[in-house]
Amino acid sequence: MKVPSFIKVAAVAAVASLGLAACGSGGSGASDSSAPLRVTLANHVWTEQIKAAIPEFEKQTGIKVELTQLGEDQLSDQYNVKLNAGTDEIDVMMYRPLQEGKLFAKNGYLADLTGNVKQDSSWDWSDFQAGPVKATTADGKVVGVPIITEREVLYYRKDILQSAGVAVPKTMDELKAAAAKIKAANPDTAGFVARTGKSTAVTQFSSFLYSYGGDFTQDGKASVNTDAAKKAYAFYGGLIKENGPANVSTDMSWPEAMAIFTQGKAAFYTEADSLYKNATDPAKSKVADKVGFAPLPAGPAGSKPYNIPSWALGVNDASKQKDNAWKFVQWATSKERTLAAQKAGVPGARTSVWASPEGTSTYPKDLAEAIAVSAQNGVGHDRPEVITVGKAREIVGAPIVSAITGADSGKAADDAQTAFSTFLGTDK
Amino acid sequence: MTSTTLEPTSAQAAPPRPKPTSAFSAWANRHRKWLFAAPAMIFVAVLIIFPLVWTAWLSLTDSHGSVRAAAKFIGLQNYATVLTDTTRFWPAVGRTVLFTGVVLVFEVVFGMCIALLLWRPFKGERWVRVAVLLPLVATPVAVGMMWRLIFDPNIGFANQVIGWFGIPPQPWLAGQETALWTTMFIDVWQWTPMVALILLAGLTSLSEEPQEAAKIDGASTWQRFWFVTLPLMMPTVIVAILLRGIDALKTFDILYATKGKGGGSFNEVETLNVYAYGLSFDYNQYGVSSTVLILFFLLIIGVMWALTGRRNKKKEA
Repeated sequence: MKVPSFIKVAAVAAVASLGLAACGSGGSGASDSSAPLRVTLANHVWTEQIKAAIPEFEKQTGIKVELTQLGEDQLSDQYNVKLNAGTDEIDVMMYRPLQEGKLFAKNGYLADLTGNVKQDSSWDWSDFQAGPVKATTADGKVVGVPIITEREVLYYRKDILQSAGVAVPKTMDELKAAAAKIKAANPDTAGFVARTGKSTAVTQFSSFLYSYGGDFTQDGKASVNTDAAKKAYAFYGGLIKENGPANVSTDMSWPEAMAIFTQGKAAFYTEADSLYKNATDPAKSKVADKVGFAPLPAGPAGSKPYNIPSWALGVNDASKQKDNAWKFVQWATSKERTLAAQKAGVPGARTSVWASPEGTSTYPKDLAEAIAVSAQNGVGHDRPEVITVGKAREIVGAPIVSAITGADSGKAADDAQTAFSTFLGTDK
Repeated sequence: MTSTTLEPTSAQAAPPRPKPTSAFSAWANRHRKWLFAAPAMIFVAVLIIFPLVWTAWLSLTDSHGSVRAAAKFIGLQNYATVLTDTTRFWPAVGRTVLFTGVVLVFEVVFGMCIALLLWRPFKGERWVRVAVLLPLVATPVAVGMMWRLIFDPNIGFANQVIGWFGIPPQPWLAGQETALWTTMFIDVWQWTPMVALILLAGLTSLSEEPQEAAKIDGASTWQRFWFVTLPLMMPTVIVAILLRGIDALKTFDILYATKGKGGGSFNEVETLNVYAYGLSFDYNQYGVSSTVLILFFLLIIGVMWALTGRRNKKKEA
């Protein structure tokens, strides 16, 4: 039989081009009580310490746990593919309430836990901080339990500040002056470094935006070209352009920015406090013993860092083992486990743990103080609160990159405003 | 193939009479050519045709948020949107074509050079072969991460090396203008060995007579390569271009590992594949993403059509 060459071509091309579109859909086997509980977690310090404790949970409950660990982006993609296919192969999921929370809730991926959180008074749902709880609640239903919280703080190099005769900056203007002075004195050292990627920088830029008196939206309408926002864009971008590393890349997320700081190439760095171990652990940092921490310097509207739950645990609504999944969530977020995680360097969401001296016993003293200050005047979101966060971040992040590269960030902010307004109209 | 039964000769005992075959094996016998092909056909149907049809269907809807959410049929609206999009789609098409064209030229030329070097046996060739093939065995994502570190503008090794020669530091992957060329370099570094391998297989299967005849006729080394080896190698070269070309069009891992989402802050390395991926996974616009993928698919078919068409014409000539 002679196959027409067109069909041959089409078949080969199909094989060649569809690496992306093929998604496996989970087969739904009937579940029995001895089936393992499938837990998907992100690569994180929190995960490392919970992993070590899982045998304890297995012994207590007789539930077998099957753990999958993935990087942040891969995790997000996995959820997109698997949950889209309606899989029941994920029972417990670690997710980012501010990144995927709204989308997952809208798609009905997250089980309603409102009844579960009220069951056990000794586990004590009211012990969780209000801000994080708001982020894991959708349409009045609790859909997740916050496990990791973070705030933006100022990382700085004690030795450089001392030799330059600069005090720890308390305001944005002081930060700029100090960074400029240091860069002028040491041409090899950047005065300031921070994230620069269009989308990745948005969360760290948000604290600057709030401290200048702006926000991404006001009363549900886009507000990224207000005077306050334009000043914040120009300040953040200008700080990096004028006092940042010599050949600054506009793709830096935290690993790249952190690397510059921990290689000893920058004096100031604004970043999430939950990453502090990367800077103070001698195995990861050349300047481990020289790092100091301070609250975010104050802008015209004061010091307003974000204070957010970066990760939470949820239960897949299609799971066939919701009760066991909840048992795991409850165990992983108990007071004891939260304290253990916090001692390992992961800031949690329980008020009682923060209040106990043990809760901050392992933290550098100045970091614990900075966290306490930031928790009081923090803002509960660090990115636009929308469904399609990925797209929104790219839109509102564009002026940051314009400012870093020396383009007209005011015009970029006007363009972003137009695009963001259109986006908000379609984001349903 | 037809089966014939041997006539029993008088010397042999009468053979046992053939057993009446069961209904199934009779059916299987009748349909054997389909039966043997069935596993492959089912595989193709489930893993290729179904996703393709499904993607084509999605491209005609406004599917977003979740592929299971109700989607409205909107006809060719997505195609109109995508084909008139001059900010993301057409630049991505341009980058895809440019990237593929440039890496193909370099990979085929370098691959040919390496294959010619390894063609004749020499001392220590085994070690050289291993060294040449090393980039091939590394995972592209890991390769991307590695080069990202090497090319880091501030703490990277690449700028140190060129610094020894007095060249000022380059932005490499960080530069808006230089990023795409840097990713091409990485792709050439990684995939030239594969092209070399294919071409080497072609070279070793050539017969020696034409070469010797040319030598006797007094052709120089260059003439022998240009007028004897290369024409004989053409089918292999076309195969190499075809295989590598399709792969290069679809390059994703190296770009994503070096520049991240959207091909960087200015979409400087956003090719069609990276764009379609972002539309699905960052924007949750499954309809638009499917549209881009279908157009991408047509582009690949077009390229293959052009290449295989040339090959068939050559055969007929």
